[in-house]
Amino acid sequence: MSTTTVEEPTEVAAAPEPFWTRQRRFGVALVLLGGLAAVLFGSLAPSKDARFTLTQDADGAAISINGQLGAVLFGVLAVVAGGLLVAGLLKRWSNTLLVIGIVTFVLSFLCWQVAGQFMSLEDTLSGTMDLALPLVLGALAGVLGERSGVVNVAIEGQFLMGAFAGALIGTMAGSVWAGLISAAIGGVIIAAILAVLSIRYLVDQTVVGIVLNLFALGITGFLYERLMQPDAVKYNAPPQMPTVKIPGLADIPVVGPVFFDATPLLWIALILVVVIHFGLNRTRWGLRTRAVGEHPTAADTVGIRVRGLRYLNVLLGGVVAGLGGAYFTLVATGSFTKNMTAGAGFIALAALIFGRYTPIGAFGAALFFGFAQKLAFYLSAINSPVPNQFLSMLPYLATIIAVAGLVGRVRAPAADGIPYVKS
Amino acid sequence: MLWIVHQAFPTSGEIPLKLELRGITKRFGDLVANDHIDITVEPGEVHALLGENGAGKSTLMNQLYGLLQPDEGQIVVNDEPQVFRSPRDAIASGIGMVHQHFMLVPVFTVAENIALGAEETRGGPLGWLDRRRARRDVIETSKKFGLPVDPDALIEDLPVGAQQRVEIVKALTRDVDLLILDEPTAVLTPQETDELLAVMRSLTEMGKSIVFITHKLKEVKKIADRITVVRRGKIVGTASPDTSEDELAALMVGRAVSLEVAKGPADPGRAVLQVSGLVVDDDRGIRAVDGVDLEVRAGEVLGIAGVQGNGQTELVEAVMGLREVRAGTVELDGEGLAGMSTKKILRSGVGYVPEDRSHDGVVKEFSVAENLVLDMYDREPFGNAFRLDVAKVAGNAKERVEQFDIRTQSAASAVGTLSGGNQQKVVIAREMSRPLRLFIASQPTRGVDVGSIEFIHGQIIHERDQGTAVLVVSSELDEVVGLADRIAVMYRGRILAVVSPDTPREEIGLLMAGITGGNEEKK
Repeated sequence: MSTTTVEEPTEVAAAPEPFWTRQRRFGVALVLLGGLAAVLFGSLAPSKDARFTLTQDADGAAISINGQLGAVLFGVLAVVAGGLLVAGLLKRWSNTLLVIGIVTFVLSFLCWQVAGQFMSLEDTLSGTMDLALPLVLGALAGVLGERSGVVNVAIEGQFLMGAFAGALIGTMAGSVWAGLISAAIGGVIIAAILAVLSIRYLVDQTVVGIVLNLFALGITGFLYERLMQPDAVKYNAPPQMPTVKIPGLADIPVVGPVFFDATPLLWIALILVVVIHFGLNRTRWGLRTRAVGEHPTAADTVGIRVRGLRYLNVLLGGVVAGLGGAYFTLVATGSFTKNMTAGAGFIALAALIFGRYTPIGAFGAALFFGFAQKLAFYLSAINSPVPNQFLSMLPYLATIIAVAGLVGRVRAPAADGIPYVKS
Repeated sequence: MLWIVHQAFPTSGEIPLKLELRGITKRFGDLVANDHIDITVEPGEVHALLGENGAGKSTLMNQLYGLLQPDEGQIVVNDEPQVFRSPRDAIASGIGMVHQHFMLVPVFTVAENIALGAEETRGGPLGWLDRRRARRDVIETSKKFGLPVDPDALIEDLPVGAQQRVEIVKALTRDVDLLILDEPTAVLTPQETDELLAVMRSLTEMGKSIVFITHKLKEVKKIADRITVVRRGKIVGTASPDTSEDELAALMVGRAVSLEVAKGPADPGRAVLQVSGLVVDDDRGIRAVDGVDLEVRAGEVLGIAGVQGNGQTELVEAVMGLREVRAGTVELDGEGLAGMSTKKILRSGVGYVPEDRSHDGVVKEFSVAENLVLDMYDREPFGNAFRLDVAKVAGNAKERVEQFDIRTQSAASAVGTLSGGNQQKVVIAREMSRPLRLFIASQPTRGVDVGSIEFIHGQIIHERDQGTAVLVVSSELDEVVGLADRIAVMYRGRILAVVSPDTPREEIGLLMAGITGGNEEKK
């Protein structure tokens, strides 16, 4: 009989936390922003009602507030939220406080802008969702690739191929579903090239991605001019994806018309967010994917096929990004045009990073970017003095701030972009 | 918390595993890494595979674990020949391995790491993870074998000793009967090493066999049932644990070697390096050096002992101007070094042997001659801002190669083609060629063959005797004790004590584990 005693290692107190934690720095930023909002927006805003209507029209049910009062009030609320963060109170709720701070800042801005006018909440939400939809799918494609260790900057190229294939095959087959499937295949084609070059031939993944974007732009542009333009009816008039209305639910104000009187592609995107979130965190596939993206050698030593899993994930990403491409030709507009994605793939990439490489985060970031874009449209429509270009640049600004680590560091998977070579 | 294990016999169903390697040969190009290796590991024994760095031990074990495939020869498990195409096959045959560099995902929990590759799922095509069962399995194995691990802790938060336990538990949950431990004690304190040896002993009592790869003679003598010595890819002998250390060393190196560092008493002079209240952060911004005071005198060797990762790296880098000094001062003969460029520090009379030779010590693609002047290439006599005097560089190389016994085909060969020991001699030759006031060596003999170790230690003592202040950082306690005139023990960014090298090992070991007390000799 053997008796082995093993003593637990003695715990030593961790180093004290520095005073300027992430929360505190956020708090200071919020106090400054909120103060700015209360003073600047408050003084600029006319003392007229700002009406936020529930429907598309100026009339009907609405939430109203005096613009000046609202601008000051919400600005002060942002200061309060920031102050609580700095003071280190309510630590458990610090993320909630942060969200409250940002939302109240935006509301203060809106009160100033909308004073004397109206803003339709339904229109804003539906516009946000429309603009965010391809970004969500593109960012999810990025999540799939990057969590397994393959950098995918070719989302833009996958969008273009998806949009093109969707339009071409959709028109020729006369079926929107055939178009949708073809769009996915279009995305997979780009993904396959990316996968083979980066996983098998170890080419620098960023370079391959950029080359693929140019390739996709070139080939779709060429085929558009030579094939589609001469005979648009035959090759470039895809049927549009129908909206499906769910009776009852569609009558809920604001949310109903946006989510329950929508195209199936929106539902697909929302379902994918949930599926990929739980897939990554709760399934065998997800655990292995994350392991391969963080420490491929460790995965290899327990018998996981590192390269195989990376191929699988990049190709799955191609499917998802291709579906995102379908949005452009089968949902948003009725035909393909040259370079019609206009950099949406890069904003999706930004959403991926801003969302910290997680499905839920990427979804939130895509929504935020969609909202900023929608707001830019709205401001130009009401002839706002704020240049709408300013809002258009928000996604990029937000990404730079996120990547620069000013708001807490974004940590990419450790083996992201590094090809796996057995030693 | 105390974990007590009562277990004497193999649990039912476990068949003891007998392993034979027959004529295993592995070539990489011209290099024969393993040359017809025959080894038999009997059930329940600790079989030590002793050899120097680069002798081919790890290559052999990687073939046994399915990471590499042998060019010739057979792996036979319980009298049946096996072919391992991947670690999965090896694990299925009952062979597990704990790698020298841990194969753990830092951002995963212990339970996730242990489950990885052999996940319990709740069935169905989705592969939904059964996390509760994964935790339970970890706790069960942990209790059964007396290896305390917390299933919910993140790997990156655990000290190396705990990470190693996780690795062992990971292998054991896969029901392996033969465990390969590759240099397992390299990162442990003496006490942790003793604990590991006790765990190994209890595992063999449960019928498991262990292949213990190491180059440390003391541990081999303590634990092994049989010893196989490997040199340059060949088995050069087998020995029993009664064999003396000197005999084992001679067998391992191929000639008689002296394990003691020959040196006379030190004659300390003025304080050359003075560090006070030094605070330095690591790459992640976490405090790595937390208020260090130390002093190195001319003509003495100050050794810094400690388990790797306790701030030694950051301390040295801060002194060398490679890392930002957050607070405190670093003075060389009274002149502040903080904020000075590394180039300037080197040229004011500091020699530096970095711990990561291949990244920071040499440029592998450059020739020996070029590497020898990396510090002075833009200075007379080797050149100036515009030109390099190739003849002078070559002349210098010829001299240094001879003086420092650098074994190379020619001074024009790329440094990458040299053995680890000879690469290190290139670094040391370069750094000792300037007039020095202070010489800093981090892990001076890591990955270096025993023959070169002797030579390098001799050079360090020679430098000391010339009146240079010497700072040696090493995670090998033997090396620190052998070289140092005073030993500073570093733990979690602090110097816990400065002791004399005559201090009992156990006491230094306790200090390395952060346990203070006893008679400290404060400088």
